[in-house]
Order: sequence, then C-alpha cells, then structure tokens
Amino acid sequence: MKVVVCVKQIPDPNTTGQLDPTTHLLKREGVEVVLDPGDEFGVEAGLQLVEAQGGEVTVVSMGPERGVDAVRKALAMGAAKGVLISDDALRGSDALTTARVLAAAIRREGFDLVITATESTDGYTGVVPQMIAELLDVPAVTFAKTLEVDGTTLKVKRQTEAGFDLVESALPAVVSVTAGVNEPRYPSLKGIMGAKSKPLDRLTPGDLGLDGAGGGTAGQGITGVEPAPQRAAGSIVKDDGEGYKLIADFLAEKKVI
Amino acid sequence: MAVGKIWVFAEVAGGKPTPVALELLTKARSLAGTVEAVAFAPDAADAAGDLGAHGATTLYAGTDPLWGELLLGGPAADALATLIQEHQPDLVLFGMTYNSRDVAGRLAAKLGVPVIANGLDVSDADGVTVHSSVFGATLNVATRFEGGGPAIAIIRPKSFVAEPSGGAAAAVTQVTSPIDEKHKASRVTDRVADVAAGPKLEEAPIVISGGRGLGDPKNFELLDRLAAVLGNAAVGASRAVVDAGWVPYAMQVGQTGKTVKPAVYLAFGISGAMQHTVGMKGAKAIVAVNRDENAPIFKLADLGVVGDALKVLPALVEELQRRRS
Repeated sequence: MKVVVCVKQIPDPNTTGQLDPTTHLLKREGVEVVLDPGDEFGVEAGLQLVEAQGGEVTVVSMGPERGVDAVRKALAMGAAKGVLISDDALRGSDALTTARVLAAAIRREGFDLVITATESTDGYTGVVPQMIAELLDVPAVTFAKTLEVDGTTLKVKRQTEAGFDLVESALPAVVSVTAGVNEPRYPSLKGIMGAKSKPLDRLTPGDLGLDGAGGGTAGQGITGVEPAPQRAAGSIVKDDGEGYKLIADFLAEKKVI
Repeated sequence: MAVGKIWVFAEVAGGKPTPVALELLTKARSLAGTVEAVAFAPDAADAAGDLGAHGATTLYAGTDPLWGELLLGGPAADALATLIQEHQPDLVLFGMTYNSRDVAGRLAAKLGVPVIANGLDVSDADGVTVHSSVFGATLNVATRFEGGGPAIAIIRPKSFVAEPSGGAAAAVTQVTSPIDEKHKASRVTDRVADVAAGPKLEEAPIVISGGRGLGDPKNFELLDRLAAVLGNAAVGASRAVVDAGWVPYAMQVGQTGKTVKPAVYLAFGISGAMQHTVGMKGAKAIVAVNRDENAPIFKLADLGVVGDALKVLPALVEELQRRRS
C-alpha cells in the first residue's frame, strides 16, 4: 500500500507570529521552526497502516529549503522517502497554489491513500486536503477520528458537529486526520541516524510541470493589517487560598449563578 | 466587483438549516440586493421557510435521497459549480463547519478561484473583502478578492447574530443535475450523536475549559463537577490536551475547534496559546486560573487567579454549593 503524507514546517506555534509590514508575508527570520504538531498524527497514521499491511510512507512537503527538517523528522519517525518542493516564488502561496503543488507531487509518487492533518497550525484555512482531493479526482474523507483500511476499503469515524459519522470509501482517497487520532511516536536515535541516508527529492514547481504556479495568491490581496483591539486589562491576583471566593463573587456579579 | 448577488450555502438536517446559515443570510442582506440559498439534503426543501424568513428569496434545493448517504463535499461542489455557471453569484458564503469546508475547498479547486477562510466579517470595499484575525487575534487582516468571480468565503459561526427579515418562504428551485457515479464510492453508513449532559459547548452561557495545567486526564472530572453545580455550563478543552488524547476533539475550543461566545468563560490550567484564544476571546467575560503568572491567558482575563487550578476547583465547587443552599 502506497501512502503519501503531507507535512509542513511551521513557526513554533508557541511564539506569536508577525507579518512584514510592507510585504504582508510571515516574518520567518529569527523564528524557531518545527514540524507542524498536527502533522505528526498523519505520519503516525500512515506508519501504522503500512506496518500492518505492508507498503511505504512517502512524505511530501512544500516550503522553504529549511523545511527539510520537517521532512527529516518524518523520515526519522519511519517514513521511507521524502519530497520537498521549494521555490522563492511559492512564498506566501494561498491554499489553492499549495494544493496544486502538493497534488502534482503526490501524482508523481503515485498513491493509494493520501493523509493530511485537518489544517495547518499556522495558516489554518483548512481547505487544502479537500482541494488536493478535487485536483486528484478522488474522495476526501475529512476529519477522521479513527481510520482503518480493510482490503481496498477505507473505514473512518468522521467528526461531525453532532458526534461522528461512520464512513466507508473506496481507495484511492484523501483522508484528513484530527489531532489525537493516535499517539505519534518519538523518532528513535536509530531512526534519526537512518533518516540521513533515506531518499529525499528536492523539487521545484517546474520539475512537476507547473509553469508559473508561483506567485501564490492570484485573485486575492491583503488590503489592511492592523493590531486587534485588546481587551481592557483585568484584575490579576495571586491565589492566597481564597481565590475561589473571588471567582464565585465574579460569577455572582455577572449574574450567572 | 459590485456585490449584486450573494449565495449562502446552507446545511440542512431534519428539515432545519444550521444556525450559521441564518447568520450568514442576515449579513448577506446588508450587502447585496439579491440573497439566495443553496442546500443539498433529502429534506432540503423543508428549510425554505426558515431560510426565507432570514432573507433568502430563492432556495436551490437538491433533494435526491442520495444526498443523505454520501459525503457532501464532492457532489455538492459539482452541483454548485453548475449552478454558479448558470446564475453567476458574486459571492458564495459558507459557514466554517466540517461539511461546508469540504464543499468550499473542492468548489474553489474546481473553479480555480481563491477561497478565504476563517472570516469574522465581510464587507464591500471596492470588492468583496473578508476580515479575519491572525496570530491569536493580535492582528486583524482584511483580504480582498481581486480576480474574477465568484468570491468564496468561509465564515466562522457566531460572527453575526441571526435576525429574521420577515420574508416569505424562499421559492424552491429543484436542482436536478444527477450525482456523478464516482461520488458513490464513499458512503456514510451510520450517523452517531454524542449524548452529552447539559448544554452544547457552542450554546452554553458558561464554558469551563481545561488545559495541560490540570496535570492528568482524570482531573477533568473537577470541571464536570463545576459544570454540574453551575447547571448551565459546558466543558471544553485546549488543543494541547486534545492532542494528548485526554478528551475528544469535539471538546476542543479554538482555531481548530469550536468558537464559543459565552457570558462567562473559565479557563483552568490553560496557558492561552493563540490557537486556543481565537476560539474564546469573544466571551463577554473571561476568568483564568493558571500557575504561571506570565501565561498569555492573563492578558485576556477580566479576573485572573495565579494559582493551582487543582486547589481552586474543589474549593470553588464547595463555595458554590454553599451559596446555593
């Protein structure tokens, strides 16, 4: 079974991001970057599937050159191969450009199942998995809480507002997995060492036959960026053992008790 | 691009549109002369009354029984693309829900047009402009559609307050284009509703959320006890503890989870990372308890208690029981 997992390297989500005031692009300088925590679940899900049924996991990522660290982490977890598509022209790409690049790379690899997170932690438009599926002309089984593959049938518990749906889909397909779908493994020392010798393709959009795919945000432009109004400063007190009373008083004042 | 015609994509269940559809219709009325709705569900036509009462003059309804059995995204994007070509709306609004994200994403890829997600407001400023907030709601960003139509925007629930227009039921136009065979490869075989005690997270006047600072999954019981004594509260969680598998994804409040706007939001052991605050900063009042006095949650809190949530919670439950009796 051929599984492709999409991953992204993002600024450390524990730091507050900033936009360049003139280009409106994310400031990447001096910011720690990590494999998107949401993507670790996708990598783990792919590894569990191929461990159970045979096959290989390939990780595909679009991003700047140093995004290679995210791919390497996935390789260290156990993926067999990595693909990184980089190009200055892709900087600031919107969801559709991202999906076009990833879909082209996935098509090049071939796939039975594509696994993604439900959205990236930094951009979080949350539509790239569906766009990839549309471009590949396969079903998108999104927001999976659990997934298993039975022969050529994908079985998923899909998150809904009310609870969950049981969904069955033929392969090939795209599935997006929610956080908590599994417990991502830590790369072992052996895995980290081994990752260095695994195949890693560095491609440009041109290598994928995408001429002029860059530019990234055709059809939309940022027209304004301003600091959000902040809430008025509240009352912050150290708990001296009676903090609970302050909270009870506050709830009474707000008339909710 | 002047905004003459806006479509609202409505999800319908049990003959009722979801609340976000009515919120979007209310906003659409203030922007465009023509406001119409589109829905695909076996009982979609039953929603014509509610949708009309909130401003939709026409409802394009796909009522094939198959709509109840298939994943919405693929076939709905197909049908919408056909309808859009025929009727040329300037803007199509979607709610930021699981199914509507599927439809909007596939539709945008099919049409080759951009989609702007996570909208909190939409305006017409020399073109359709979507307003969103980024980086833990520290920055407001306005993004304008600049290409050919239609503009596709996904708006977070509760961004607008639904208000009836007093309009008559929407005129129902049946969508007759057949569902492509390929979409029948994926089926919903069962729908399971979570049975949660108390009010729903999105509707509760009080939301109590827990994070890593609770130390252990079993300590979520303390939040349940507080919710029980308050009576009108729902329990939520930060992404960190959902990622850690302590509680289900359905309880997640934040960027990747639910948006809540309760009268009071109580955050216990939550640091206030940006992905969480996006989902709760609209609360009328915020109370935070955290051991770290530098936790960003205190910047949002109306009342912040620097201390151990595990000590404060049982004492608070007892205090509320005492005041009640």
